[in-house]
Amino acid sequence: MAKIPDELTKARVTGAGTLRTEEMILNVGPQHPATHGVLRVIVTLDGERIVEGEPVIGYMHRGHEKLLEQRDFRQITNLLSRMDWLSGINNEIPASIAVEKLMELEVPPRAQYLRVILAEINRILNHLMFTGSFGLELGASTPVMYAFRERELLQEAMEMVTGGRMHFGFIRPGGLKEDVPKGFAERVLKGIRQLIKYIPDYENLLLGNEIFKQRTVDVGILDPELALEYGVSGPILRGSGVPYDVRRTDPYLIYDEFDFDIPVGAKGDAFDRFWVLIQEMRESARIIEQALEGLPPGSHLGQVPKRLTLPEGEIYSRAENPLGELGYYLISNGDAKPYRMKIRTPSFSNVSVAPHLLKGIYVPDMIAILGSMFFVVGDIDR
Amino acid sequence: MPDLLQLLETLLANPWVILGIKLSVLLILLPATLVVGYVELKVMAHIQHRLGPMYPGGFHGWAQTLADGIKFIQKEDIIPRAADRMVFAAVPFLTMMGAALAFVVIPVGPQWIIEDLEVGIFYALAVSSIGVIGVLMAGWASANKYSLVGALRMAGQLIAYELPLVLAAAAVVMQAGSMSMVDIVESQRPFWLFNWPQGLSFVIFMVAATAEVVRPPFDMPIAEAEIITGAFTEYSGMRFAFGLFAAEYIAFIALSALATTLFLGGYLPPIPALDWEPLRPLWFLLKTSSILFVLMWVRWTYPRLREDQLQRFAWKVLVPLSLANIFFVGALKLTPII
Repeated sequence: MAKIPDELTKARVTGAGTLRTEEMILNVGPQHPATHGVLRVIVTLDGERIVEGEPVIGYMHRGHEKLLEQRDFRQITNLLSRMDWLSGINNEIPASIAVEKLMELEVPPRAQYLRVILAEINRILNHLMFTGSFGLELGASTPVMYAFRERELLQEAMEMVTGGRMHFGFIRPGGLKEDVPKGFAERVLKGIRQLIKYIPDYENLLLGNEIFKQRTVDVGILDPELALEYGVSGPILRGSGVPYDVRRTDPYLIYDEFDFDIPVGAKGDAFDRFWVLIQEMRESARIIEQALEGLPPGSHLGQVPKRLTLPEGEIYSRAENPLGELGYYLISNGDAKPYRMKIRTPSFSNVSVAPHLLKGIYVPDMIAILGSMFFVVGDIDR
Repeated sequence: MPDLLQLLETLLANPWVILGIKLSVLLILLPATLVVGYVELKVMAHIQHRLGPMYPGGFHGWAQTLADGIKFIQKEDIIPRAADRMVFAAVPFLTMMGAALAFVVIPVGPQWIIEDLEVGIFYALAVSSIGVIGVLMAGWASANKYSLVGALRMAGQLIAYELPLVLAAAAVVMQAGSMSMVDIVESQRPFWLFNWPQGLSFVIFMVAATAEVVRPPFDMPIAEAEIITGAFTEYSGMRFAFGLFAAEYIAFIALSALATTLFLGGYLPPIPALDWEPLRPLWFLLKTSSILFVLMWVRWTYPRLREDQLQRFAWKVLVPLSLANIFFVGALKLTPII
């Protein structure tokens, strides 16, 4: 267990000699309704005002990096999809890309297209989840149900292809595990159309709501320079106005063939981050429509040897996960297993900037800020 | 305060009043809580594109809240070791009592009233804030920091909202020229369905009442995403069911009934032709239910405000507005309209 810093355990006494007030240390989490799992935040309170907030992580550490050293290159995808459990496919893709680059494997165009489609569906699934949970944290309990209604159609499409709803394990070095079944495109299009139809509902219920604005505008302003210093990425960085998206800056798969915009926020407050999240769903839907249109026939899996033995070497492979930049640093010593695989997860870097935002704010703002940091605890601790 | 105590003393010295309160709590309020709780589940579900309870009892899950109640009663009664046992245990009584006592003066019909006090509205508003003392006690007695934060939020909220609530009711008292609830209803005879000169008071009253019963968007004292369940974090089982749920629903019904009496003409029918004595409780119930429905609608639509924003809203918007409203009603009083 993490040791609590000494200065946090001793409450300070403040007040200008007249009325003695004491600071109170409140332990939020590891089990708390708003921490989506087991994030713990030690906050020092002066009344309702937070003097200091210190996230404590590590309650869900499962030793993924060590476990990966015991798996061959087909098995690791199954582990990786369990890091950020909301976006399994997105976690699997860069690992396969790393293997393919080291082995110089050819990935057929159909597999490339399908990877993009699945990754973007997964991105929408993830964003819908956070759309709902952010509303829930601010006390609006209805948007989450709407979000799950839209999620269900796309979730079914994923289930149809991969057989799973969370841990897909569908990406293989060289392509995909299987081809998509008949009727897949129609299913996805139906889900996308429903999503596009109902996004204005979310915007009205949340973004257009006066109370929502009061709770989020100018709350938790993240300075873009501070964000870059901490390695913040994804919708949170874009909310601060930095148009950084790995799909655009370092295109992988075939993202350079599609036409999509990168929404950026103006101020970097919780409202902007949430706005970016909603707009990204629209862009993902655009990408999926284009990809479904141009989906070429052919094989879903390239020429792959039965036993995947990587040549000696190292590679850094990265991708735009729904929550930010996900990177794998893979070192191979010529074995069938990775010698070392360092994982750079988006949530870890994103949450590490939180202490700067949790200063001098009220307790409800803490929930709004943590909610707008869009983290998955499994992705922080892995 | 001494006046209120004296009043309560004389009131409770009358055995018929006590019997009336007991009977109405047992036979009307607790079942009403279950019904309103069930309706709320259903309204919430349909707003949220769901079905809500469908199985308990057979027909559309009508027995859901009954089953919930039985479940709560069966649960183990847990009192934290560090808690102040006496105070902790007394809380549900206080919160329930505060909410239930207001029903003494609510006229369901001119004869259908437990006691038509001369100071009816004053009494109703005074007793309905007794529950806050219970919440404060829960906060201190639980020995839990979340409870403490919740209780202090509750106290702050009460101070902010009691004033607009009372001022809005005062405007009605000015119109009626009496604090007796029956007189207030009768004074609305010329307006029947909606007491329009009190339109602004109605809005202020409803906003303040929502804050008083701690329902979203003003549910900061029990904001579950922030402070678990506020003052009731350590409560479980029956104490939780009565201290929080039953008390909240009874207060919710009480304030809606109060609003009906003050602004919607109470037991008066929507059109004068239907003014027939046996039908009067029906009109009262219909009006109260519509207010309950609108408040549920609000609850499941809006996010929650922040405590400081609520204070700002109360002191900078509602209080000046209600003062202006009193002038407005006073001016109307000089005209033949009211």
